[in-house]
Amino acid sequence: MTFAEIQSRAKAEWAALEHGDKPRILIGSATCGRAAGAKAVLEATNAALAQHNLEANITEVGCIGPCYAEPLMDIIKPGRPRICYSQVTPEIVPWLIEDYIINDNPHSDLALGTIGDGSLDGIPRLFDLPMLKPQVRIALRNCGTIDPEEINQYIARDGYRGLVRALSMTPEEVIEEIKKSGLRGRGGAGFPTGMKWEFCRKSPGTVKYIICNADEGDPGAFMDRSLLEGDPHAVLEGMLISAYAIGATEGYIYIRAEYPLAIDRLKIALRQMTEYELLGDNILGSGLNFHLKIKEGAGAFVCGEETALMASIEGKRGMPRSRPPFPAQSGLWGKPTNINNVETWANVSAIMLRGTAWYASYGSDKNKGTKTFALAGKINRTGLIEVPLGISLKEIVYDIGDGIPDGKRFKAVQTGGPSGGCLPASQLERPVDYESLTEAGSIMGSGGMVVIDEDTCIVDVARYFLAFTQSESCGKCVPCRLGTKQMLNILENICQGKGKVEDIDLLLKVSQQIKAGSLCALGGTAPNPVLTTIRYFQDEYEAHIKEKRCPALVCPELISYYILADKCQGCGICLRACPTEAITGGKRMVHVIDQSKCNKCSTCLNVCPDRFGAVVKVSGEEIKVPKKPVPITVSKPDTYTQR
Amino acid sequence: MTETELKERLTEVLTHYTGQKNELIPVLQAAQEQFGYLPAEVMQEIARFLRISESTVYGVSTFYAQFKFQPTGKKKVRLCRGTACHVRGVSRILDEVEKQLGIKPGETTSDLEYSLETIACFGSCALAPVMVVGNNVYGRMTPKKVAPILDGTEQ
Amino acid sequence: METIKLTINGVEVKVNRGTTVLEAAQAANIYIPTLCADPDLEPYGSCRLCVVEIEKIRGLPTACTTPATNGMVVHTETPAVNEVRRTSVDLLIANHPMDCLTCRQNQQCELQQVTAHLGITERRFPRTDQAFPVDTSNPFFDLDRNYCILCAKCVRTCDEITGINAIDLAFRGYSARVATFGDKPLIESTCKSCGECMVRCPVAALTPKETRRPIHEVKTTCPYCGVGCQMYLGIKDGQVITVRGDRDNEVNGGHLCVKGRFGIAEFVHHPERLTNPQIRKNGKLAETTWDRALDEAAARLGQYAPNEVAVIASAKCTNEENYVLQKLGRAVLGTQNIDHCARL
Repeated sequence: MTFAEIQSRAKAEWAALEHGDKPRILIGSATCGRAAGAKAVLEATNAALAQHNLEANITEVGCIGPCYAEPLMDIIKPGRPRICYSQVTPEIVPWLIEDYIINDNPHSDLALGTIGDGSLDGIPRLFDLPMLKPQVRIALRNCGTIDPEEINQYIARDGYRGLVRALSMTPEEVIEEIKKSGLRGRGGAGFPTGMKWEFCRKSPGTVKYIICNADEGDPGAFMDRSLLEGDPHAVLEGMLISAYAIGATEGYIYIRAEYPLAIDRLKIALRQMTEYELLGDNILGSGLNFHLKIKEGAGAFVCGEETALMASIEGKRGMPRSRPPFPAQSGLWGKPTNINNVETWANVSAIMLRGTAWYASYGSDKNKGTKTFALAGKINRTGLIEVPLGISLKEIVYDIGDGIPDGKRFKAVQTGGPSGGCLPASQLERPVDYESLTEAGSIMGSGGMVVIDEDTCIVDVARYFLAFTQSESCGKCVPCRLGTKQMLNILENICQGKGKVEDIDLLLKVSQQIKAGSLCALGGTAPNPVLTTIRYFQDEYEAHIKEKRCPALVCPELISYYILADKCQGCGICLRACPTEAITGGKRMVHVIDQSKCNKCSTCLNVCPDRFGAVVKVSGEEIKVPKKPVPITVSKPDTYTQR
Repeated sequence: MTETELKERLTEVLTHYTGQKNELIPVLQAAQEQFGYLPAEVMQEIARFLRISESTVYGVSTFYAQFKFQPTGKKKVRLCRGTACHVRGVSRILDEVEKQLGIKPGETTSDLEYSLETIACFGSCALAPVMVVGNNVYGRMTPKKVAPILDGTEQ
Repeated sequence: METIKLTINGVEVKVNRGTTVLEAAQAANIYIPTLCADPDLEPYGSCRLCVVEIEKIRGLPTACTTPATNGMVVHTETPAVNEVRRTSVDLLIANHPMDCLTCRQNQQCELQQVTAHLGITERRFPRTDQAFPVDTSNPFFDLDRNYCILCAKCVRTCDEITGINAIDLAFRGYSARVATFGDKPLIESTCKSCGECMVRCPVAALTPKETRRPIHEVKTTCPYCGVGCQMYLGIKDGQVITVRGDRDNEVNGGHLCVKGRFGIAEFVHHPERLTNPQIRKNGKLAETTWDRALDEAAARLGQYAPNEVAVIASAKCTNEENYVLQKLGRAVLGTQNIDHCARL
């Protein structure tokens, strides 16, 4: 079968699906959707359809982005617009089936928005919503819309046409096209992709490799997982284009074992590509030979580093080595090797399909195109987003993310994971691009964006990241192995109130030397979370050190819980709940916490009825309370008597 | 498990591989899938199969967090220590799980029912804090949800 | 071979292509501190002491891993370079016992040398300590991980030079350590006790059990087999106490096996060692001269038919000696019954 035949059949199938007479139901079943209960929703849908003897085409799709509203379920009735419903539970499913599919009441109260053509009164268009309006979907173009386990659906939406176009050009022309698009590596460092390919193309040698880095290790990042779970072919097509441009005949996808669903979907995708002769020898009759294998990571963050990743594929300890030689000269098994990240390749397939001018029309001068981000932490609308580069942090946090929950104050946004930094409110106007984030002391990174509010201790965040890099350091070079350990020790001391005034200077100094002296980027960027937090939140460090006070009331050694004598009603709930038996009291007695027994677990504060609000958490101050339980002297609050 | 049984099961695992050095990590993963952990005899047999030294097998297997050297429980309870989970209070979930199971991360209950681990990040950050039991991912966890999930009565 | 020119600290250096910056500097007698580099081993780049500044190259590359190129301009002693070196050594000594006066490696310790070179006189960081038990299981040397700086010279030696791979790095990060399979004592591992690792250990992590230091050295050939390894015997009070391979010798290039390195002193000074020929008379051995012993042997050999005689050669003889012996057997004694102890 020629590609044209494959394509026309796929398009016909897709048209039949879109314009068929059966309702279609799309359920967001990426890992996050499943974590929110998508599988139960699927079961409930099947049950409800069976109950009413209804037929529908159910598709498990990837993530469309608004994870905060998951589980998501889209219903497309013939002749009606596609409606996306949010927070769908198995209880809601039968209503939706009955009310909308049978009785034509679209339940606008449960709908998040409509997608695509047509509109319905009372339901906004999904892509007009504040979360989605600023977004441009290039890498995520098919996520949430197609069945990731069906190659035909990808092909129906012009998939693999970029490859066909590339094969009609010379490899040099393809590289030139990628260079012109301005695409930069989406793994974090932002090296121009076309240039990287060119180095590898020009390296002498007949055997060359390409590797897809899907070892998304940054805590707080899930862009690559979502992309592979939602649209694996977009990435694989990019790899084929790159293989042709570079002259590689073999490739690997190095993916973390923590992503079983993405691995399954990749395996299915590779099988389908082989069936369509999009993989193997003489791809689409072009003479291009390319074979692709999946290698599962085994739990080592450092393997996201190129040379460590290659060592791991070779079956060795994932320890980076010095460059030169660069992978483009001597990589996997000593052969020229090109490594790109998942998202980079999803952009490549889009660029080859729609051209460089179109791609370069998004983004800013030196930062073309879009970037996906995983928006998480203390933010209202968590999820997966894709925005043009150059958008401000503020737009992401407040327009797309809808700000901080529970009326709390924004403290910082953490970008770039353990290699990045915490940027405060004063930096919110900053455009999101490679240079600007670096200038602010952070990095673009792979796209993790974790929002931190006033209840998060910034020193604890720095300590958290150092604990992470320290435990993930491979141990090869001295600055990283021992330097992160020293830094972690200092930060732990500060969090425990044992910090010294000179610690801040020591941290700054060691940070500089670890950055300058480490063998690879793990050590070279490990101090960034510390450097940015000192740069923007030095007062919070000083509060810990000088006043032994944790302003965010987080560090256990620096906080105390007290029961206020004028609020306690002697109900005994806290006493019974306290795991360390630190609370004494009695009927109609003011309860008292024995500070020497308290383990700061916060249970008393959580269980004390809101209407009493008798337990307080403080840091750096002592509250005057009775030493022993005393009889209650204050009157009962109204709420208590009413009950 | 008797020694012969162990050998037979390992031989079965090894039939899927050709014996090249670069297969070490996949072979270790498959062996761990089979035995739940990597017994010393299994690692030694793998070294012979791939014609590499035993110390290399030990060096590689101890480098990667995935590999375990002690029997693990039937149900693996894994908590995410990612950034989003950290700022959204996964430590309180961890405390609750530790209390319910009576074990710390890296440990297994004496009846070999449960193992507890923490994982760098599951990539389900939007639903933080996240707990995984077996292959089931539970998002937006609260301490109260822990017990019902562990004893299988969750709704 | 193609020669290239580079400038190091203003000095023009000519080297062959393929030389590293470190080797180029050493060739020009410019000292760059190192702890993990070894001329016999592949570049590794872990100690970060040989960082240098190279014009037109970003950051601080390590001299040991960077190939010298034509026209390269290298600076080996700049403030940035020395800061990184200093921090690395500061970090190492914070994780090191620092009991130098009583240490087996005192004055031979490379960490001590670089600390002195950098002028470090105090600990900048608090002590970190893992308290590893000492592995004394090997009869010839001890492995004390508390002194280890993880330069991995031992591990690389066991892989690249001996091919035994008895040890490897295990675990990672701060927990990384040199280990045998399953962290067993060395003696239970596949270690052949050749001591090549010990020789290269820059600190006191791998040290010989013999702690005395020789007064002078004598160059000799190892008597154990026909390879003819050249070695220096270290002598104190008329006793052989140390053995080290001769790096300049083409035969062994400094390498020795367990017998040569650890088996010389014992047999040289063994009370039962034969130092003269002996002749058995009436069931008792009695000392004699070489002339008499040879006459006796020749006389007795003549009493047998060729087929009744067998010649067994010794592994302690050189190839030439073994050749001559088989010649004696075949041409003089006329026997084909010739064998060698190494085959038995």
